[in-house]
Amino acid sequence: MSLPHADRRLAVLLQICALLAAAIVLLILLFLLKESLPILQHVALSRFVSDASWHPLQGLYGLTPMLAATLSATLGAVLLAAPLGIASALFSRYYAPPLLAACYRRLIELLAGIPSVVYGFWGLTTLAPLIGRLHPPGVSLLTSMLVLALMILPTVALTVDAALAAVPVAYLRSAAALGLSRWSLIGGVALPVARPGIVAGILLAAGRAIGETMAVLMVTGNVVQLPRNLFDPVRTLTANIALEMAYATGDHRAALFVSGLALMLLVLVLVATAELFSKQRRHV
Amino acid sequence: MKKPGIIIVLTLITGAVWFFLQSQPSEPKIEKLVLTGSSTIAPLAAEIGKRFESLHRDVRVDVQTGGSSRGISDARAKLAHIGMVSRALKDDEKDLQGFTVALDGIAVILNKANPVAALDKQQIIAIYTGKVVNWKDVGGNDAPITVVNKAEGRSTLELFLHYFGLKNTDVKPQVIIGDNQQGIKTVLGNPDAIGYVSVGTAEYEAGQGAAIKLLPLDGIAASMENVRNRSFPLARPLNLVTHSEPAGRVKDFIEFAESPQVHDLIEAQYFVPAPR
Repeated sequence: MSLPHADRRLAVLLQICALLAAAIVLLILLFLLKESLPILQHVALSRFVSDASWHPLQGLYGLTPMLAATLSATLGAVLLAAPLGIASALFSRYYAPPLLAACYRRLIELLAGIPSVVYGFWGLTTLAPLIGRLHPPGVSLLTSMLVLALMILPTVALTVDAALAAVPVAYLRSAAALGLSRWSLIGGVALPVARPGIVAGILLAAGRAIGETMAVLMVTGNVVQLPRNLFDPVRTLTANIALEMAYATGDHRAALFVSGLALMLLVLVLVATAELFSKQRRHV
Repeated sequence: MKKPGIIIVLTLITGAVWFFLQSQPSEPKIEKLVLTGSSTIAPLAAEIGKRFESLHRDVRVDVQTGGSSRGISDARAKLAHIGMVSRALKDDEKDLQGFTVALDGIAVILNKANPVAALDKQQIIAIYTGKVVNWKDVGGNDAPITVVNKAEGRSTLELFLHYFGLKNTDVKPQVIIGDNQQGIKTVLGNPDAIGYVSVGTAEYEAGQGAAIKLLPLDGIAASMENVRNRSFPLARPLNLVTHSEPAGRVKDFIEFAESPQVHDLIEAQYFVPAPR
């Protein structure tokens, strides 16, 4: 690579910035390992999966119910938000008049900017009592799915919108020239071409749902148990850390870092999957 | 361009590791004050310690937990300068010097819409262990009870369980909350909920017009006043203990912890400063 002198200096500077960002991720991982080491030395890793419940002060460290809660809440939120988000993007890209589409997009961006604690507060004071009337106590897996779906809806809508915008105009024109109806154009050309981008966007939204803490902490009830139905209160991994970290010491504290590690691995898997899909996009 | 990138990564990682290893403080002249014991007092002691350190640059306050019994045994064996004990001293512990820094009290709270005006100890135990699941069994409406419990590690949970003679694995909660505020919000949003929070917070919120009521225990109203004059039963003193008459830095620290200079720290943890 032969770059002009000034460009080369900029390249070095940018490299340093990028490496710093990468180093921070590695350091966080190292830190998590270092903090969870004290407990991993005398409690077998398998006990975090096999223990019957989470009572760290009584020596029980089962993370499985919380892992299940995190996954089911995220899955529920994605199942709700993905169709809505895709529909919203299709509307603003292909059906809405330009002026309305622009306003609509601003509105969705605004929705994305609302702090999560506000969603949580709304969920706790409005949504939970409503669901409580249906089936007490109201704070439940369902409540967290609904709140999370609302939170990630703008992420899905905006990324899908961007993916649709990236569909080459030539494709659409050719399709139109063949006399395809608008719906066949969307279903036959636009969506398949944008598919990798859409999937990556949905996985990004799922990552946000997994990591969400404050809103979930307020609306799930935080009881450590395997959810049997949608109205059961559950506790997610993130809520577990936020709830107990302030007062945890010794093994309890280290066990919380293990839940952090589990969460990090979960997100890692998700990011890797997203990466796989975005790689596919380059071959289109 | 590949090579310098790798060198920078290596330099950064080595630097970071070196920084980690170096981060253990190794100042020789600093006097260390070791406090061990109750995890209830530890956060408060750490806060007081920070303020004490900022006033005395040559002192490091090291707070370790391990329960009140460790506080007693460490103070006795002189393993710690000060032991932290979150209960009244027993008769066979009178060889130690005890100093009450603060008082901790808990109020059982209900939504104002709930007609139940009082519950006795047995009824509260039955509700929390899941033996009574409907308010009509304790004189209320025909509605399922939502039991609100605290997250593991909280001092309010520890005191609550101790007073009612329960283990946390016995409790059958529907909601688990973190701080006192969340407990109050949960009871506000659910007329059939029962929860417990620090007396300090509950009294403040009820005074601000929040629709909660504080249940009396054994006929004694749950109030800061009754915690302060020690008539409210669901309360305990938070003590610092020393092996013998404190001297030097230890004496300074205990006097500082008893002084009005730390009242804001005590209240921030929802404890009541001990009356002098």
